[in-house]
Amino acid sequence: MTTVTTALRPRRGRSTRWKTATGLLLTAVMLFPVYWMLNVSFTREQDMRKGPPDLLPMHGTLEGYRAVLDQQLPYLGTSLVIGLGTVALTVTLAAPAGYALAKLRPRGGGVLSFLLLVAQMIPGIIMAMGFYAIYLQLGLLQSVPGLIVADSTLAVPFAVLIFTAFMSGIPGELLQAATMDGARALRTFWSIVLPMSRNSVVTVSLFAFLWSWSDFVFASTLVNGGAHEPITLGIYHYIGNNNQEWNAIMATAVVASLPAAVILVLAQRYVAAGVTAGAVKD
Amino acid sequence: MKHTTQLPDRRPVQSRNGAATAAPPPAPARARRRPASQQWAAWAFLAPVTLYLALFYAYPLYRNIDLSLRNYTVRSFVQGDAPFTGLENYQTVLDDPVFAPALLHTVVFTAVCLVFQYVIGLALAVFFHQHFRLSATLRALFLVPWLLPLIVSASTWSWMLNSDSGVVNAALHAVGIDPVNWLTSPSWSLTSVIIANIWIGVPFNLVVLHSGLQSIPASLYEAAALDGANAWQRFWRITFPLLRPVSAITLLLGLVYTLKVFDIIWIMTKGGPADSSTTFATWSYQLGFGNLLPAFGPGAAVGNLLVVAALVFGLVYLRVQRKQYAS
Repeated sequence: MTTVTTALRPRRGRSTRWKTATGLLLTAVMLFPVYWMLNVSFTREQDMRKGPPDLLPMHGTLEGYRAVLDQQLPYLGTSLVIGLGTVALTVTLAAPAGYALAKLRPRGGGVLSFLLLVAQMIPGIIMAMGFYAIYLQLGLLQSVPGLIVADSTLAVPFAVLIFTAFMSGIPGELLQAATMDGARALRTFWSIVLPMSRNSVVTVSLFAFLWSWSDFVFASTLVNGGAHEPITLGIYHYIGNNNQEWNAIMATAVVASLPAAVILVLAQRYVAAGVTAGAVKD
Repeated sequence: MKHTTQLPDRRPVQSRNGAATAAPPPAPARARRRPASQQWAAWAFLAPVTLYLALFYAYPLYRNIDLSLRNYTVRSFVQGDAPFTGLENYQTVLDDPVFAPALLHTVVFTAVCLVFQYVIGLALAVFFHQHFRLSATLRALFLVPWLLPLIVSASTWSWMLNSDSGVVNAALHAVGIDPVNWLTSPSWSLTSVIIANIWIGVPFNLVVLHSGLQSIPASLYEAAALDGANAWQRFWRITFPLLRPVSAITLLLGLVYTLKVFDIIWIMTKGGPADSSTTFATWSYQLGFGNLLPAFGPGAAVGNLLVVAALVFGLVYLRVQRKQYAS
């Protein structure tokens, strides 16, 4: 709430400092679990069950990270491939659809948008069971392409809606001018609409990558026990084996969080744009 | 931000699993001629996604309904000759002693998570709406729990809530409270997964409500302050009523997404101990994939009940949203 009445102005300096302090405290409380993950990932095996636990990794060790390098690299590689595949599939499917819905005014476009909204509300576990039944018959269980297709269902409806929203912002005159120049719809899409929608492509790609990277439901139903398991299953097996090496588990968790961290640091504006798409004022 | 300024005033909002909530573009009122060639082009662009929806949404859903209406065993699952049994699977599920607790846990989990996520999110949104140094940076940091893979959050919380070596019990011990068996006692397991899920859901509420706050004109607050309204009155008389549309959207969307929370519960407790934290989502998975002898039929039946619930609230949400855009 803006307190910009002149009467309050002299007090602002001190009061904002208090607010900053409160804000820092709240953020610290909120991010404590993240800190704890880091802390445990550096904790030595013998200190793990110490009571009370060390609040700082006083005798820090890299044992946990060594275990990640030894055991988790294949999982990370698989996750990377699946993430990139999901991004490619999602953008390929969604960008043309967004263009058509935003600019070409197709008959029945409203119904399609509605179905896309409804599609997002279907619980993942239901989709997983359906995919399982289908993949079992097609022999697509334990396969990377199968998981890419399944993971893309997390992102495609969202992507179409984002593209539609962004592309409706492209001035119609620009596209009409192109049509007069004789550019066909495909040309217009490829050489005008898509380059102008770079930002939305980035937003969609980031989220598609993040969701497929984080996916657990599809992974655990469709590729569990196979040769290509993503990192989420790597962590899950770690926990499930009644493994007591919590530094290794938490180190894997830290590594699995890296894409999220990178995205937050480098692409925060795209994240904010994705969450509220355009509602950010500052 | 260039791309944000291009946007029309429809604001897609999107939650953990990517619910974009943009209303479909309203059909242009002016009936301009739509040339036939453009129609062909439009549907050529839409064809991949339409096919995709049919193959990868409609068909799995259909398979799921089919699963729930037949008596599947592992053998007939592969060969596809399971006998049609009508609603027998649904009857089995309703008669199951797990049904009542699962229903109760689903309702409690959803309601408690929603209330806390919303209240905490709103309080934080109001706080961060003030101007102070680092306000924007700290708000961005609040997104972290929302961006982390659920398995990461769930396993971190599992270790923090560990009975013997968890930091939560250590903190309780420090203030003289006896240790709690967060994940291993039937009376606490549901509370534990609720706590973790609230932590994950707060950022979404914060961000959406914060964006809602920004559309309330500052002049209203200035006028109220001149009239001598204190902060508390300004909140209840201005912020809260004007935020009602955004609140409704946030809560309804939260409802649809909390109903289907699966990862957190499954990873932390597997719905146990003794089904004490099982919800429809985990029960469905448990039936279909969690046992050596899978019960696909009943599993799909539970899942379909969940779909119906999610869709009912989802449609309410779309209706509310459509009405708000119309006004």
